[in-house]
Amino acid sequence: MVNRRQTLGLAAGAIAFGAMPLRLYAQENAQFIPSLVYRTGPYGPNGEPFANGAADYYTLINERDGGINGVEIVFEECDTQYNNDKGVECYERLKNKGPTGAAAFSPLSTGITYALIERARADKIPIFSMGYGRTDASYGPVFPHVFTAPATYWSQATSLIQYVAAQEGGLEALKGKKIALVYHDSAYGKEPIRTLEALSEMFGYKLSLFPVAHPGLEQKATWLKVGRQVRPDWVLMWGWGVMNSTAIKEAAAVGFPMERFIGNWWSGSENDVMPAGDTAVGYKSANFHGAGATWPVHQDIFKHVYDAGKGAGKRERVGEVLYNRGVTNAMIVVEAIRTAQEIHGNKPLTGWQVRDGFENLNLSAERLAELGLADFMQPIRLSCEDHEGGGSVYVQQWDGKEWKRVSDWIPPMRDVVWPMIKESALAYAKEKGITPRSCA
Amino acid sequence: MIYRETGQFKTSYGADQAIFPIAQDRIGMLIIMALAFVAIPLTASDYWLTTILLPLVIYGLAALGLNILTGYAGQLSLGTGGFMACGAFAAYKLSTAFPELHVLVVFALSGLITAAVGMLFGLPSLRIKGFYLAVATLAAQFFLLWLFNKVPWFTNYSASGVISAPPLAIWGETYVTGFEATPRAKYLFALSIVTVMALAAKNMTRLKIGRAWRAIRDMDIAAEIMGIRPLATKLSAFAVSSFYCGVAGALWAFAYTGAVEALAFDINVSFRILFMIIIGGLGSILGSFLGAAFIVLLPIFLNNALLAMGMAEAVALASHLEFMIMGALIIFFLIVEPHGLARLWQIGKEKLRKWPFPY
Amino acid sequence: METLSAVLVEPFVAIAEAPMFFFEVLIGGLLSGVMYALVALGFVLIFKASGVFNFAQGAMVLFAALFFVGFIDLGWPIWLSLIVTILVMILLALAIERVVLRPLVNQDPIILFMATIGITFFLDGFGQTLWGSDVRRLDIGIPEDPLIIAGLYINQFDIYAAVICGLLVLGLALFFQYTPTGRALRAVADDHQAAMSIGIPLNVIWAIVWTVAGIVGLVAGIMWGAKLGVQFNLALIALKALPVLILGGFTSVPGAIVGGLIIGAGEKVAEVFWGEVLGGAIEDWFAYMLAMVFLLFRPQGLFGEKIIERV
Repeated sequence: MVNRRQTLGLAAGAIAFGAMPLRLYAQENAQFIPSLVYRTGPYGPNGEPFANGAADYYTLINERDGGINGVEIVFEECDTQYNNDKGVECYERLKNKGPTGAAAFSPLSTGITYALIERARADKIPIFSMGYGRTDASYGPVFPHVFTAPATYWSQATSLIQYVAAQEGGLEALKGKKIALVYHDSAYGKEPIRTLEALSEMFGYKLSLFPVAHPGLEQKATWLKVGRQVRPDWVLMWGWGVMNSTAIKEAAAVGFPMERFIGNWWSGSENDVMPAGDTAVGYKSANFHGAGATWPVHQDIFKHVYDAGKGAGKRERVGEVLYNRGVTNAMIVVEAIRTAQEIHGNKPLTGWQVRDGFENLNLSAERLAELGLADFMQPIRLSCEDHEGGGSVYVQQWDGKEWKRVSDWIPPMRDVVWPMIKESALAYAKEKGITPRSCA
Repeated sequence: MIYRETGQFKTSYGADQAIFPIAQDRIGMLIIMALAFVAIPLTASDYWLTTILLPLVIYGLAALGLNILTGYAGQLSLGTGGFMACGAFAAYKLSTAFPELHVLVVFALSGLITAAVGMLFGLPSLRIKGFYLAVATLAAQFFLLWLFNKVPWFTNYSASGVISAPPLAIWGETYVTGFEATPRAKYLFALSIVTVMALAAKNMTRLKIGRAWRAIRDMDIAAEIMGIRPLATKLSAFAVSSFYCGVAGALWAFAYTGAVEALAFDINVSFRILFMIIIGGLGSILGSFLGAAFIVLLPIFLNNALLAMGMAEAVALASHLEFMIMGALIIFFLIVEPHGLARLWQIGKEKLRKWPFPY
Repeated sequence: METLSAVLVEPFVAIAEAPMFFFEVLIGGLLSGVMYALVALGFVLIFKASGVFNFAQGAMVLFAALFFVGFIDLGWPIWLSLIVTILVMILLALAIERVVLRPLVNQDPIILFMATIGITFFLDGFGQTLWGSDVRRLDIGIPEDPLIIAGLYINQFDIYAAVICGLLVLGLALFFQYTPTGRALRAVADDHQAAMSIGIPLNVIWAIVWTVAGIVGLVAGIMWGAKLGVQFNLALIALKALPVLILGGFTSVPGAIVGGLIIGAGEKVAEVFWGEVLGGAIEDWFAYMLAMVFLLFRPQGLFGEKIIERV
């Protein structure tokens, strides 16, 4: 009896101790960057390389350059497990850390992004949702604090259709063709539907929609329908996590040709093709940055980070698609802070000041080359109205060992997509009672 | 010594049947109310209010709803997430279709709608019992989520299927939803609703209907022989429980997250709330809140404890350790007190009555 | 009117128009039902012998698969990995019996259910602490290309899975019928008190049952891991097994198989032919609805023990 009470008391004490505030940051001249990641949970295998890429890039900037113009980066990871509540909890815990608060948040999940957009608006911290989240947040006047560079789902949909058209022999050749979309039955998966429907009216192809219930472990029925009944000419996929690898396996099982199967940029990583083994050879996906470890920046990462023993993950995994995506995310945040420092001075900046940096971001081809990322991604130029900036993607193909580029950079159909973005953003503003600011 | 009842005589039936007959209990309750309503809003930081206390209060309400169904009426249900989603979407449709409605009216109506839905999915309980019923309620869970995901009318034809709560004010300019609402306002709003509903639940369980629920739970054939109508009683349990879960869901979507998609109320939420009532104590109002506190606060404390011990870099390991410690603690608490934290509290109070004397 | 016709008429027309396709879907569904039954078997074994609904079965499947694939990745041959993983599962069963089941003997079933949830959390965290959260490819040499038999596309992998499941059930049946331990298990499943009174040690029996369930989980983990890759989501397979359990009855091994076949076939046929009308992705809830409909007619499942209530 006494032992039990003592143990309970010790346990209570330990838990109470755990509730104490965390260690305070001693550095006064440091820029705090929070890193919302998921190394565990249902999408852990995908989140881990991303987290490693971002961590390695921040470490590289500190080790190689001594920080951003002398201001050291202090970054802290918080594991959201792709769970909305944990994401909100991480946000609230990290938003005021560091001498000037958090620089920017990249929630890495559409659900968490939706949950954070309004909070961040009130807290005046920018949200950088790179290639996910609300597409209509690209419209700056309604969402001054959200940035979706370098491309959004709606733009990607138009680029993919252009790729398909190029393979078929031109946009006119699309008429009468059958294109299927296999998508994750959630907000994320439904994003491209309206754009694809609009394009199907414009170009005359027949669009079939195949939702897959979360998490996508069972797709046999879906692929029997796709592969044996509907037999489309092309299949596009908007999946994430285990849905991707299952889809590739099921597609192979019904004999659907892999060269006509294109996933979006979240459906094209090594994790997705690896479980399928050889059957995944020929599978294509979109991407907005380079794959592989062949850029000068990777050599720098090997030299300054891994050789110094500060690497976040395994050395062999540097250069994977999701690793490079983490590097891209970190790079854009760093460049935004650098641009913000040009406006506000070389010191730790508040979230709203970093936002100014994002809005004036001009990542030109020369600058990319300076960073060791020549032709890694397309140049981005953001403005008060345009928070997307570019929108181009290219198509890559898995050859069993690595991803190879099989197309040039495909720009989006801005004239189709931008009016839709603007309309959706203005409707949101009306519903929420937000007055769009002017961009004069 | 402090907790003796000597000297407290009741002179009316009303006083005798009060919820807190012992004066010390009443004082204790007043102190807790004062803490919750006055001290905490004045002193707690935004982080504590919005990420710890607000979800705690809302989960407590949902756990209360499930406890009424499972703890008091004995109908094991795994559809809590679906009912919460029902409440959230009903509140959204009502507040967007009738913007003049007061926020409390919106919540009450969405609770009523959820109660109707709950009664519908409670119909199988007449034939099916025990674990089988739990899995039948899973049908409700999956079906409701699929419905809200699929039918665009529920999300006002939005492209993404995410509903975002419009700003609603409780009076004048004091917003309790939307981005103008302060954490304090949201917390107090949720706390008030939950307090009133918890009081109602406590009283309901002391009325005839509460006794009927417990009779059905303990031995439903004997109850039927005695004259308690099983259909009406079980359906009323489903109705009341779904009302509570519906309001909890509406609070979740409006006061806590602000924007929610159907997937946010998936099976994990149902399991979470079930864990809360089992750990907290089945058939106990206090137990619902204790269990909610355990499940909500423990991961956060573990996280902070592990980070304070210097594991900030090993984020993945910290998450895994959290899972392991959580599992171990659940098993530990179940071995120590299988009837939940509420029973531990009761035993504590019993001991307190004699303290410091041995007998 | 159109919707009615779409639900009640057109799917049957579609089936009649393409009978080969319908058979493909049906066979595919039956085969995937066998995979569900593999997971459901573990639940049934434990529920039969100890009355505990083992929520941790999914986590045990993942745990076993992680060890198996971990050993293979270390370079060990398949037979060695298999044997060592079975040893690990035996250790796990002993630990669970000692730490969780023994102190909670005689408690409410719902308390034991909650304890298995604690075990789930623990195994999830422990397995990933040891082996990491990456996706791991599990290749045990089963060919995956489609077969074409009589003009029908059939997945070869699923046929192998069905055969393995059949062998497993046969092995379990022989074990239960012809070995003393098996008979003791059946005695405990029938009546704990009576079994104790003739000297059957309950603790040992429970450890054995959990070991057997662990081995069944290992087989399920290997098959599903080969199908999906070994990763955290494997534990979610347990949710797919629940409708199978309801349909077949919690206490019956043939019930698990039959239930699996019905759910698998029903799910796939419904998704393919009725899915469009209802908007697609109905697989999630259809299995539960189907099981619930069955339950309304037979509240204890198709093969489950009739629940006799006494006042």
